[in-house]
Amino acid sequence: MSTAKSRKQLWRNIRTVAAWAVGFAMFFPILWMLLTSFKTELDAFHMPPSFFFTPTLENYATILERANYMHYAWNSIVTAGGATVLGMVVAVPAAYAFAYHPTKRTRGTLLWMLSTKMLPGVGVLVPIYLLARDLNLLDSRTALVVVFAMVNLPIMVWMIYTYFRDIPMDILEAARMDGANTWKIMMHVLLPVSRGGLASTALLCLILSWNESFWSLNLTTSQAAPLSALVASFSSPEGLFWAKLSAVSTLACAPILVLGWLSQKQLVRGLTFGAVK
Amino acid sequence: MSSKAKTQAERLLAQPATLMLFAWMIVPLAMTVYFSVQYFNLLYPNKSSFVGLENFAYFFTYPSFWTSILNTVLLVGCVLLVTVVGGVLISVLVDDHFPGQGIVRMLLISPFFVMPTVAALTWKNLLMNPVSGFFAWIATSLGMTPVNWFADWPLLSVIMVVAWEWLPFAILIFVTALQSMDREQKEAAQMDGAKAWDIFWHLTLPHLRRPIAVVIMVEAIFLLNVFAEIFVTTNGGPGDATTNVPFLVYTQALLEFDVGAASAGGLFAVVLANLVSIFLVRLIGKSLTAGAK
Repeated sequence: MSTAKSRKQLWRNIRTVAAWAVGFAMFFPILWMLLTSFKTELDAFHMPPSFFFTPTLENYATILERANYMHYAWNSIVTAGGATVLGMVVAVPAAYAFAYHPTKRTRGTLLWMLSTKMLPGVGVLVPIYLLARDLNLLDSRTALVVVFAMVNLPIMVWMIYTYFRDIPMDILEAARMDGANTWKIMMHVLLPVSRGGLASTALLCLILSWNESFWSLNLTTSQAAPLSALVASFSSPEGLFWAKLSAVSTLACAPILVLGWLSQKQLVRGLTFGAVK
Repeated sequence: MSSKAKTQAERLLAQPATLMLFAWMIVPLAMTVYFSVQYFNLLYPNKSSFVGLENFAYFFTYPSFWTSILNTVLLVGCVLLVTVVGGVLISVLVDDHFPGQGIVRMLLISPFFVMPTVAALTWKNLLMNPVSGFFAWIATSLGMTPVNWFADWPLLSVIMVVAWEWLPFAILIFVTALQSMDREQKEAAQMDGAKAWDIFWHLTLPHLRRPIAVVIMVEAIFLLNVFAEIFVTTNGGPGDATTNVPFLVYTQALLEFDVGAASAGGLFAVVLANLVSIFLVRLIGKSLTAGAK
């Protein structure tokens, strides 16, 4: 009996070590990027790689000064934030209508919305590029806000819809009996009750917009370019400074990484349109 | 207002989202269809004219076209295989409680939140560089010759980067799904003397069937569109070794300014994505809307 028990314990230990090893391996590229960002350029190229070194903030100082990091960060904040606000303003009423006043066509409309996610960016790249050019919106934050919002809108509608569906109709009916109109029901009953769900929907839109790279690379050059485009500019041969690349990468990813950690549970729901709970 | 009129009014709340999405889809798509039958080069904007299916003929006989399809299929297929198989194994590994479980899960899902341009450049320069990358150091330490990843195995390198980005997504979904598994059933099976393998095969895998379908569908949509990773690492090369359909359309449109050919290619990408998604939506669409009235 005791040998069976100790064998079980051994297995458990092996599993723990294996799980930690896999977790460390997956995280290693990020860790390595973080470490490199605190090295001098010389240390960054050094072979064998140094795990222990005197950390320096020099790269961060250079990036903040020379690469005009704040300009790009501000573009990221404005475009991702703007897309989130625009998306929420449109998605919440739609989800409300779908959840509480469904018609025969609602199911079809929801599936159709999902199917617009399957329209590949390249399929509409040329017209969007030409439209933006003709409207004088190339390299503008407005264009990115609209595009990011449209790209994420189906997910947002679906996600909020699944949250609303879980809220009992009775609560809304009670408010209606008390004489509240649609606007009041939404503001004072529905939104407070579904605050958590709405917050995670907005968060997901923020994360996806912040990391979006296809449209920001193709529709911007410098004026409206967000952080993903700034990082891409380091791919040119003359930009090959690893420590600085690592510093700017760290600055670009850190806020989203933290948001992602905080919201992982809710994200599953959004990313799978509520199909996996 | 009567309650019926009110219901009607409230239904209108869905209109802004529906109309905006419809415009977002139909306007560019109609323009793409129109451009695809035109000779239209941005360098010679006044020379546009109707050319019928010539752009399609050009695109389909373009030497890089079939390479780009093969690359797209390989990229999507390999990444799906790695993420689904790896995702199932890893999520089973971290499902039962162990010390530090929460931290390990955070480490595992982190790559998903790294933006594609950062992921690609970090892998290319810090890990896969043949002279001073981390992998080169491991190879040298083991007495092997370092691999010149992006030069000798370009497509494989891109696949590795993209798989690293998407494995966390699969883990995230599968770990969540495993939490809803019936523990009692599992314990009962163990009491009856079922081996770990039997439990995995007869209980865990069937339970994960729908999550696996969801992961395949969501990832397929995103993987058919991989662009930034290729843009910043190989620029489609060497030659056309890492050119997938999105990248080929991009080079036609914004580098060669051939709007007609790019539109034909773009339409092909739309058809390709829809073939994949019709099949996949059939597979899981029913369960997605099962709760809808």
